[in-house]
Amino acid sequence: MSVSDPERDLSWRRLSARMLLVYPVRELAGAIPALAGLVVAGRSVGNGQWWWGPLGVLGVIALSWLRWATTRYRITPGQVQLRSGLVRRKTVTTPSDRVRSVDVTASALHRILGLAKVDIGTGSHQRGSGLSLDSLPVAKAAALRAELLHRSTVPSDNARLAVAFGAETKGPEVGLGEVDTELARWDPRWVRFAPFTLSGLLGAAAILGVGSRLLDQLGVPAGDVGPIRGVMDYLARTQIWLDVLEGLVWLVAFVTVLSIGGYVLSYWGFRLSRHPQGSLHVTRGLLTTRATSIEERRLRGVELAEPLLLRVVHAARLNGIATGLKSRRGAGGGGSLLLPPAPLAVARDVATQILRDPAPVAVVLTAHGPAARRRRFVRALLPAFCLILAAGVAIWSGAPQWLALPAIVAVPVAALLAADRYRSLGHAIAGRFLVTRAGSLDRRRDVLECDAIIGWNVRRTFFQRRAGLATLTATTAAGRQRYAVTDLPLSMAIMLGERALPGLLDDFLEPDQDHP
Amino acid sequence: MPLRDPAHHVSPRAIVFWTVRAVPGWLLVLAAQLLWFGASGDHVGGRVAALVVTVAFAAVHLIVMPRWRYRVHRWEVTRTAVYTQSGWLSQERRIAPISRVQTVDTERGPLEQLFRLANVTVTTASAAGPLRIHGLDRATAEGLVAELTEATSHSEGDAT
Repeated sequence: MSVSDPERDLSWRRLSARMLLVYPVRELAGAIPALAGLVVAGRSVGNGQWWWGPLGVLGVIALSWLRWATTRYRITPGQVQLRSGLVRRKTVTTPSDRVRSVDVTASALHRILGLAKVDIGTGSHQRGSGLSLDSLPVAKAAALRAELLHRSTVPSDNARLAVAFGAETKGPEVGLGEVDTELARWDPRWVRFAPFTLSGLLGAAAILGVGSRLLDQLGVPAGDVGPIRGVMDYLARTQIWLDVLEGLVWLVAFVTVLSIGGYVLSYWGFRLSRHPQGSLHVTRGLLTTRATSIEERRLRGVELAEPLLLRVVHAARLNGIATGLKSRRGAGGGGSLLLPPAPLAVARDVATQILRDPAPVAVVLTAHGPAARRRRFVRALLPAFCLILAAGVAIWSGAPQWLALPAIVAVPVAALLAADRYRSLGHAIAGRFLVTRAGSLDRRRDVLECDAIIGWNVRRTFFQRRAGLATLTATTAAGRQRYAVTDLPLSMAIMLGERALPGLLDDFLEPDQDHP
Repeated sequence: MPLRDPAHHVSPRAIVFWTVRAVPGWLLVLAAQLLWFGASGDHVGGRVAALVVTVAFAAVHLIVMPRWRYRVHRWEVTRTAVYTQSGWLSQERRIAPISRVQTVDTERGPLEQLFRLANVTVTTASAAGPLRIHGLDRATAEGLVAELTEATSHSEGDAT
């Protein structure tokens, strides 16, 4: 079943017909609120309108059949094409040497049917420029992935050769996982870190939000639901401090269960490996399995994330800094995950192996000095003192006395935070990498290849200028696009810029004793 | 050995432009306060004080900000790099090598056309670092774009 067979390549092919089973289920799941509305409406109008619900279901099934029938794809030696749409025909064409990532995802439903979805990314920032083949039989998806990835890593001259000899070269490589070296494998004991991520809290918030929306939609006041009313009655009978305590215990238990569930769902069977042809592969997932890959030449560094909670249990996460990967902003960037929350030692070891250099994770960072420390404390303590002031004013004008307590507690907490933030602050040049670290609650050590740095932004606010500090930001086409070295003395900033990208700043240095 | 300022100032007309551009915001604040004046009769002292403070802040802002900006906003293009400086209270210098420049645009808003000014934006492959030069004389802007286009056409690579 060689995908690169030219004869078959040139013809348009359909997605797997088994998708006819997946589409309706998925569309129906998505349309449940609307369908429920239809059913409810049908019931309220009277007995004559019962057929609205089944009609809706039939409509969804017809639409999914149309979608399957109108979608075709083909793979020629030079291009991948996807054609779709009934009324508005759309053809997306991608040269195969522009393919930067091929992700294979299979939801539980896909897996039952032996299918997998193939997302082909081109690294363009525009939306809709990638191709998504939903779905192919698993073996075909794996073969396609292997072929596209390797074709794009081979220089273009050799690519034609590779295609010509497709039958031999592609055959054994269909299973990407067979010849590669393993860098990390999931250990069930890592689940203990799950409660120390905030994902459970987000999940709890989402569930509560959806629940209240649902009750709201159904027009049921929350107080009328049996269990909720029971809880309310109980709360009304007991002491307030007991309520708070119990609430906290329940919340912690709830969040813990959710975060463990989330961790297991997304990272079960995690495996990170390096393929000899120069790419890293990540496979993971319990119900929905994902296989993602990053070409090593597009990997320009790593982010070692050690949020405060994870640091307490000596754990860290690892993300890749890659060009052409859609890095989701915020919580860790699903696209570039290299290691889920895992023991710090493992994370450092994996980072070392990925970078092929132990220096960036081991190097002792240069501290940013007393001015930066002062700034950390001022910025943390100022809000705390404002809080005290506000509490004072409130109590003076008649608010209860206990308001002073949180305000007073805020000061030492802020001081501790500031101290930790300063301790985290640092930078270094290690080998060919720029290393920068900052943050406390969300501490991150960014390791970025100096070659990947495009230019510099030197930002100085009014107060930074008075303190003689500057924030040096390296701009890059990879990852977050910007990696900042925060609050370092100006002279240090210029020196760091010079060392990371020799020559760029030469023209703009003050003509001093060096150049009389 | 600190970085020096970029060599060129922007057009002096930018001072008037920045002043005019800042006026509507203050007018909005003043209008809101005058409405408050008309709405009720008590707290006269407080309202007068607020009005005086607003006018004072507006005057200081409108006088100081444009001139400060003019002193800060500078730019320079060498054979190898583009260097800009902008801001006033918070200042930022941006440096990008010519070899990494991807696009060079000029744009003129309606107000800028009135003052015969133009902006030049130089983008690189990073989403974080477009270099913007505000308030350039139109002729200077056109010359700069021509120069940059010429310079970047000689550099090689895909600038990523």
